[in-house]
Amino acid sequence: MTEATPGVRERPLSPHLQVWRWHVTMAGSIAHRGSLMALYVGALILVGWLLALANGPEAYAAYKGLLGSPLGKLVLFGLTFALFFNLSSAVRHMIWDVGKGFRPKFADTLTIASFVFAAVATLAVWLIAASTGAL
Amino acid sequence: MTASASNFRTPMSRARGLGAAKHGVGHFIAERVSGMALIPLALWAAFSGPMLAKGDFADAVLWLAQPLNAVLAGALVVVGFFHLRLTLQVVIEDYIAGFVAKTTLMLLNLFVCVLGAALGVFAILKVALLSGAV
Repeated sequence: MTEATPGVRERPLSPHLQVWRWHVTMAGSIAHRGSLMALYVGALILVGWLLALANGPEAYAAYKGLLGSPLGKLVLFGLTFALFFNLSSAVRHMIWDVGKGFRPKFADTLTIASFVFAAVATLAVWLIAASTGAL
Repeated sequence: MTASASNFRTPMSRARGLGAAKHGVGHFIAERVSGMALIPLALWAAFSGPMLAKGDFADAVLWLAQPLNAVLAGALVVVGFFHLRLTLQVVIEDYIAGFVAKTTLMLLNLFVCVLGAALGVFAILKVALLSGAV
């Protein structure tokens, strides 16, 4: 296939990670993608839980034991954070999608707020779980 | 075909001169709207999790057998996998350039999400509708 099409020049590629100074909206964007991929695994864990429940008491007890193990709790803790961060990021992007909030200072504050919300909500859920004796 | 920057458009697309396939906006909107629907569903799930962790098998069955919980769980699974499929597709399109690798991952993404939603809905219906027999 020839490249001799008249009028078509090499298009510039967008600059990638390494040419940018690290900033909070970039961290927010990367964490948003990371949380999405974590939640993909989380959705499969949820389906596993439903299947175990549909299977019967033995399968359910085994699956619950797996989720309740130290490693299982660590994964669920991470997934709780991923869920709340994905949620707050979705709201952040809704604000940007309607064309508002692009002043750098406000965008930075909004991104920090979505991290803070995720951290606080995650701790709240796990503290409630601990106080009701669910852990 | 080399993977140079000007090659993102196929020769056919250049010859037609019609621009993009015009599927992007529908994808974008479906992603945002399913994301909005997932906000209350995710909060409900986060609220229900600790309660289910505290109880045993019988408690979980009783919980899922309640119509409201069964319907919300079904909506969470279906809308959740719909949303995950759309959002992961964008990640694949962004990072995987090779045609075979990209197509394989896109199809795998589709199949995993459809199968996940189907298994989830089946499990919910089985528990919700047959729990009287347990």
